[in-house]
Amino acid sequence: MDNQAIATDPLNKIWDFFTSVRLTIVILLTLAATSIIGTLIPQNQEPAAYFQAFGGFLYRLFDIFGLFDMYHSWWFQLLIVLLTINIIVCSIDRISANRRILFVKKPTFKLARFRNIKRKETFKDDRSMDQLQKVCQAFVKRHFRHSHIETTDTGCAIYGEKGRWTRFGVYTVHLSVVLLLVGGLIGSIFGFDGWVNIPEGESVSQVRLRSQERVLQLDFEIRCDDFDVSFYETGAPKEFRSSLTILEQGREVVKKDIIVNDPLRYKGVNMFQSSYGKMPSDRLVLSFTSAKTGMVYPLDAGLNQPLTLPEKLGTFVFKELRRSAKFRGHDIGDAYVGILTPPGGDPVEVILPLRFPSFDKMRKGEVRIAVVEQAQRFYTGLQVTRDPGVWVVYSGFILMIIGCYITFFMSHQQIFVELAASGKKTEVTVAGTANKSKTAMVTRIEAAAAKLAKSNPAD
Amino acid sequence: MNSSGVLSIITFVYGLVGFCYIFAWTFKKPTVSKAATWVALIGLAGNIVGIVMRWVESYQLGFGHAPLSNLYESLVFFAGTIVLIYLVIERKYGNRVIGAFVAPIAFLAMAYASLSPNISDRIQPLIPALKSNWLIAHVIACFIGYGAFAVAFGVSLMYLMKQKSADDTGSMMSHLPDANVLDELNHQLVMFGFLFLSAGIITGAVWANSAWGRYWGWDPKETWSLITWFIYATLLHARLMRGWRGKRTAILSIGGFAAVMFTYFGVNLLPGLHSYGSF
Repeated sequence: MDNQAIATDPLNKIWDFFTSVRLTIVILLTLAATSIIGTLIPQNQEPAAYFQAFGGFLYRLFDIFGLFDMYHSWWFQLLIVLLTINIIVCSIDRISANRRILFVKKPTFKLARFRNIKRKETFKDDRSMDQLQKVCQAFVKRHFRHSHIETTDTGCAIYGEKGRWTRFGVYTVHLSVVLLLVGGLIGSIFGFDGWVNIPEGESVSQVRLRSQERVLQLDFEIRCDDFDVSFYETGAPKEFRSSLTILEQGREVVKKDIIVNDPLRYKGVNMFQSSYGKMPSDRLVLSFTSAKTGMVYPLDAGLNQPLTLPEKLGTFVFKELRRSAKFRGHDIGDAYVGILTPPGGDPVEVILPLRFPSFDKMRKGEVRIAVVEQAQRFYTGLQVTRDPGVWVVYSGFILMIIGCYITFFMSHQQIFVELAASGKKTEVTVAGTANKSKTAMVTRIEAAAAKLAKSNPAD
Repeated sequence: MNSSGVLSIITFVYGLVGFCYIFAWTFKKPTVSKAATWVALIGLAGNIVGIVMRWVESYQLGFGHAPLSNLYESLVFFAGTIVLIYLVIERKYGNRVIGAFVAPIAFLAMAYASLSPNISDRIQPLIPALKSNWLIAHVIACFIGYGAFAVAFGVSLMYLMKQKSADDTGSMMSHLPDANVLDELNHQLVMFGFLFLSAGIITGAVWANSAWGRYWGWDPKETWSLITWFIYATLLHARLMRGWRGKRTAILSIGGFAAVMFTYFGVNLLPGLHSYGSF
């Protein structure tokens, strides 16, 4: 009757549902199986790319189930929430069911329980009961945290126990998993994950967020003073280094060179070296060769700053760097483009491809223009993040390792040594129990018995 | 001779070890299997020497780093770990038939490293993402875990074979350890591997957080390591809480090792950060 009453209570029904280890197994295997999907379908790509790859029908179907960002889809998150509830409920349920074993100040021992153990080690010893009692008690005290002695009908019994606390190992692991998930949740609510490109010499105070199409305002500025990339002889990259300065209201507060694996952290915001690129140059050294006199004039040209050319050859303005410039339908690669205005003539567009330095000769103009030098400028790509949950996650990591070690390799052990008078000799019985790795306990008991038998100085 | 030369000799040594264990088991020649143990020890010593030589050579080339940075080096380390774990078990359990199932895995790992045309044995300098103190901890933890799972896989195969031929005595199968021993050994190895797999995932996460600013990014390698973790977590819970024994845990252990193999090799076919292709 009582059981039925409990089972019909909806709250208890839910509780019972979550105490099931079968549920744990189902959730774990479902998580394992469904996680595969997101490794086969590349995640978070452009919708157009998916549409092209899968076609209209599959695209819509996959989209409904959130498979293009499946680890953040409602059903995957639901599985994780179910697993978390399952872990917490199971742990509470088992701790309360075992509280008499788990929370004990002074352990008690029952003679009958130990006498019932099937595997015992027994030997006869010719030392006196008193002598043996001292030896055995010293042995148990040395190897076990708690020990206790009591007289029996035939002699005495010595008990020892240790490692009761190791029963908490598994709950430590469960707590660690909960901490990981809580830490992840804190990070996703209060943190951000963004990126920014900063040209050398410039500073920014805004970053673009990855998950949403949004710009985030930082309460400080990041300036990139310098960016350097170095290569091995093989051509593989050796180091990417950005010299960064943090500015607060225009005042320099922190300076640091960051490389991959060594970020800058400031006010809880982390700046990671993540990519780089070349900026179109805004300063060029150009050479102007006069066709009439053959004189060569090297001149500095700034972006959009008109230059007055010598020998009354006119003016020249450097307008842009054109990526993959076209000339009569052919791709001639990256080229600087400027406008030359001869005195009294019409302006003409001058193309200066980087690949062909003497390209402008073909124009057969009054002046021949070539790029002598371009100020090389890089921009650094930074990953900018904040994650206040990371320390919760890291404590979860530490607890998980400690907890797994305790759970797998330590146990709650009890030993029992009974001394009984047997004629002139004393019969010694050694037995023990452990809550896990019972075969190892058998070996331990054998070793203990052998050691006690050997301790006889008369042998 | 350089380290790759030494290690390709070790490939053949491990091949010989595997052959001896299988031969000894098939034709019931205990002396051959005893010899196999000694050859395995020599092979392991050579394996370690090869790794140390490679380490020294990388310093001589001017960009010294621990030899744990690419597929070749990880396979060599993997093979060594498998043999080491096996030898410890052989000593503890005193059964050499297990070697017939485990030594071939170490041989295959070494052979793949040494003989496959797709795997370069050149010592290469570290790209920026790999320059981290976490590299050594991450790779060692992962491959100790993988090594334990590889041995557990061999033991699980033995269990299934033993179980199939439970009734006919006197056959080859009767020389396999007792089914209960195999089951217990599988469990022990999975616990050991699980601890190190967890440590491997954790060190990887901490590393990712210092290199990319994210401790978890669901890239395929991370996801597959988590899938592996889920499978072995299932095994541990099913065994301890639901009393699963024998066949079912053996199958889970084999499935777990398949996931390990996919995490290790299969993921390279998929795009992600662990391909190290893009900075």
